[in-house]
Amino acid sequence: MQALFGQLLVGLINGAFYAMLSLGLAVIFGLLNIINFTHGAQYMMGAFCAWFLLNKAGVGYWWSLLIAPVVVGAFGMLIERTMLARLYKLDHLYGLLLTFGLALIIQGLFRNEFGSSGMPYQIPTELAGGLNLGFMFLPKYRAWVIIASLAVCFSTWYVIERTKLGSYLRAATENPALVQAFGINVPRMITLTFGFGVGLAALAGVMAAPIYQVNPLMGADMIIVVFAVVVIGGMGSIMGAILTGFGLGVVEGLTKYFYAEASNTVIFVIMVIVLLIKPAGLFGRER
Amino acid sequence: MKRVRGSLIAVAIAGAFAAGAAQAQISDNVVKIGVLSDMSSLYTDLAGAGSVAAARMAVEDSGIEKRGYKVEIVSADHQNKPDVGSAIARQWYDTDKVDVIVDVPNSGVALAVNQITRDKGKAFLVSGAASSDLTGKACSPNTIHWTYDTWMLANGTGGAIVKTGGDTWFFLTADYAFGHALERDTEAVVLKSGGKVLGKVRHPLNTQDFSSFLLQAQASKAKIIGLANAGGDTTNSIKQAAEFGIVKGGQNLAGLLVFLTDVHALGLPTAQGLILTNTFYWDQNDQSRAFAKRFAERDKGIHPTMLHAGVYSAVTHYLKAVEALKSDDGTKVIAKMKETPTDDPLFGKGTIRADGRKIHPAYLVEVKKPAESKGPWDYYKVRATIPADQAFRPLKDGECPLVK
Amino acid sequence: MAISDTAAIATRASNTARAGIVLMLAALAIAPFVGLYPVFLMKALCFALFACAFNLLLGFGGLLSFGHAMFLGTAGYVSAHAAKVWGLPFELAVLSGTAAAAALGTLVGALAIRRQGIYFAMITLAIAQMMFFFYLQTPFTHGEDGIQSVPRGRLFGVFDLSSTLTMYYVVLIIFALAFLLIYRVIHSPFGQVLKAIRENEPRAISLGYDADRYKLLAFILSATLAGLAGATKSIVFQLASLTDVHWTMSGEVVLMTLLGGMGTIFGPVVGAFIIIGIESYLSDFGEWVTVITGVIFVVCVLAFRRGIVGELSAWWSKHAG
Repeated sequence: MQALFGQLLVGLINGAFYAMLSLGLAVIFGLLNIINFTHGAQYMMGAFCAWFLLNKAGVGYWWSLLIAPVVVGAFGMLIERTMLARLYKLDHLYGLLLTFGLALIIQGLFRNEFGSSGMPYQIPTELAGGLNLGFMFLPKYRAWVIIASLAVCFSTWYVIERTKLGSYLRAATENPALVQAFGINVPRMITLTFGFGVGLAALAGVMAAPIYQVNPLMGADMIIVVFAVVVIGGMGSIMGAILTGFGLGVVEGLTKYFYAEASNTVIFVIMVIVLLIKPAGLFGRER
Repeated sequence: MKRVRGSLIAVAIAGAFAAGAAQAQISDNVVKIGVLSDMSSLYTDLAGAGSVAAARMAVEDSGIEKRGYKVEIVSADHQNKPDVGSAIARQWYDTDKVDVIVDVPNSGVALAVNQITRDKGKAFLVSGAASSDLTGKACSPNTIHWTYDTWMLANGTGGAIVKTGGDTWFFLTADYAFGHALERDTEAVVLKSGGKVLGKVRHPLNTQDFSSFLLQAQASKAKIIGLANAGGDTTNSIKQAAEFGIVKGGQNLAGLLVFLTDVHALGLPTAQGLILTNTFYWDQNDQSRAFAKRFAERDKGIHPTMLHAGVYSAVTHYLKAVEALKSDDGTKVIAKMKETPTDDPLFGKGTIRADGRKIHPAYLVEVKKPAESKGPWDYYKVRATIPADQAFRPLKDGECPLVK
Repeated sequence: MAISDTAAIATRASNTARAGIVLMLAALAIAPFVGLYPVFLMKALCFALFACAFNLLLGFGGLLSFGHAMFLGTAGYVSAHAAKVWGLPFELAVLSGTAAAAALGTLVGALAIRRQGIYFAMITLAIAQMMFFFYLQTPFTHGEDGIQSVPRGRLFGVFDLSSTLTMYYVVLIIFALAFLLIYRVIHSPFGQVLKAIRENEPRAISLGYDADRYKLLAFILSATLAGLAGATKSIVFQLASLTDVHWTMSGEVVLMTLLGGMGTIFGPVVGAFIIIGIESYLSDFGEWVTVITGVIFVVCVLAFRRGIVGELSAWWSKHAG
């Protein structure tokens, strides 16, 4: 029983990563209708950015949390302006294919430059060590990940679903011409939103750096799983992505305990079942 | 196409004197070496471009080109896909007149190339692949398995650890044929040496988060957690084991397949204390240090792993055999290589067995503490040397059909 | 435009297409004698067939499957196993692999066609991932080592397939038959209804067509032909491995189809030859191949979305029409 508690908690921590990553993906899909396959690569870039800041500029973890998302987000906006903006009128498929190609390029370039085994990044000293919870040893850093992720997820949800800015955003996706007529610069808003979504991926990357290796291929397989999370939650549903992210982390954690071999596959089993029963996902509405 | 041009003029001049007789048996007058490696994913750092550099250095150091032979090196990326690897091997043999393929990290690809090489009567020098099947059920008169194999890893690390008191084990195994083989061989050694296996968990390949598995390992109270995985899976499990205080809590990690580049990627603060088995470490003697220095200049500062050293050593011995025979016929050269004792600056003196197994000592090493290290790449201290005659699987246990 | 004009253009277009098919097959028949390496050609043909099968579904049915590797891989495993372990001759091994893909296609199709667009793609992806897991776990596939040293055997017990040229012509015949079948299907009433459903599904339904049945049939046909490609490939290369069921293979076939021109007859063939050509002849670039592939994707989407064949024929009809 104690072991199970530990597994649940660890699952929840992984869920925190899924939630943060799928949140960015869901924001971009929900507001821009783009399936951003570069998300995994941008997550990797976030981690690399943190590594660079530490090793080349002496900037520590805490500042990286702020700087990396801004830098990578700016890079995302550049892509949005120069490439994605030309595809808005077309089928989703083209956005997906373009970003898939971009992901290959980015990962390829990083791998050629930095090799495949990755770089170390130490846990910041403030968060080193851990707490003994009785049923398990909880590293402080993991506790921080859960708290930070919850804070980021719910503030994002609040901004988009409950503030005036958010309502403009949502309106702009329903009817850009009308919102433009109210004097709001819709293209700029869209660019900023894309940058924000990408920034979330980079933030997750910085948070992942001390736990996982900073590795050019760290996001390559992640993207498929995160994408599945978004689909299960309901494409474009912010709350859906958050809840599903945490939920699937827990389910995956339990699978790792009872049938470890299947832990990468269980998410797809769930996806098939959900899509067959509730086509628009758990929290989505059909469009 | 990447080629070794050597000093063409010198070759031409020297060749004018020596070539006529020497090249009578060399197919299209060129000895062509194909380095088939992983240039784009998991094993890029520990083999990859470094293997090409090592092969090139072996050609240069042999001085064979000054004696009238032309040697060319081509290289390609097998992407860790058996079908891509086998298509390249066929093309190399059929149309590009490649005489020998070297390296090939990834057992699946190596097994495919092994079969094709045999069908075409060429030569195959394996450095990168681990499967001990290459000198067992799948052994071939055209293949030599040079650097290491799963049996040797299991025997070296497993046996040594049980002897020093690590007698209860928990395995963290990559759920792949390779991981299973490593786990099976190590478990056999542990049981034979009087140890016990308390549990095992099989994780999917390329898992990011190992905390769940590590908790299971922790709960088993085994003294040793054996990592039967490779590459990113190994580094991630070691890193997270440190995070979850597993080593501090008294359990030890045994990396069954850890390369120098993995340790470099982890950094000493995380990797210290790890025990592993290698057949080559660059800081062994003056010759290996000199090799490492030259190698690092060519491969982005990376110091040679045992795979790189294996490629160098294998190509060196291959060229000697070619020169002795004055022929590059695959089957004949491999036979010649087997009957000639090996001698090179990196592995010292050694032999090659009838089943194609290259025999040399193995070293049980421990990763240094940060304070003990003099700088980057100074990572290992040798704890024990496993003599050549005990390092590899006995000939009779391999079920190799060539040995009867 | 008067009806007779449209009909004339259609006739001319189909005449051009027929001439193109004859030319293509003739070129392929003499290709080994003009210096092209037959093993490369066989690989390219297998992938061309795979891409054509995929294109039948995407280009003419409007259904993007992101899990087509499962049919390629399933057929590959079954026929490799049949040839190696059961000792079946070439034709029966290929047939059993193809049949397995057809059966799987029926099952998956019945589930997947209930959803559309991106949801259809996700269901196929998810099922393909489950199949990948299945093949990883089942002992007969030998994990990442794959089924190796599969015997090629003899065709009808007569033609020795270990000869590369004989093997090549067998592959070419298989490809030609499948290609003609696809061409026939596209131009049959069935193909026309399929296109109508792609353009406007509700209208097709209101005209009395059972859209789901058409889509299912197209799916099964596509899966079967993808299986034929996989079965042939595994015997030719004497190898069936996890690569063929991995999701990146599903991505690769999308790339081939898109690059060549989806919804065109020759597009997938052109796309497959280019991609396999890059893989074989640029393998010296090693580490750069991924980047090059990525650049092709991006350039295709940004600059010529209709693909090579699509853009060419658009240019042709603008200047010649």
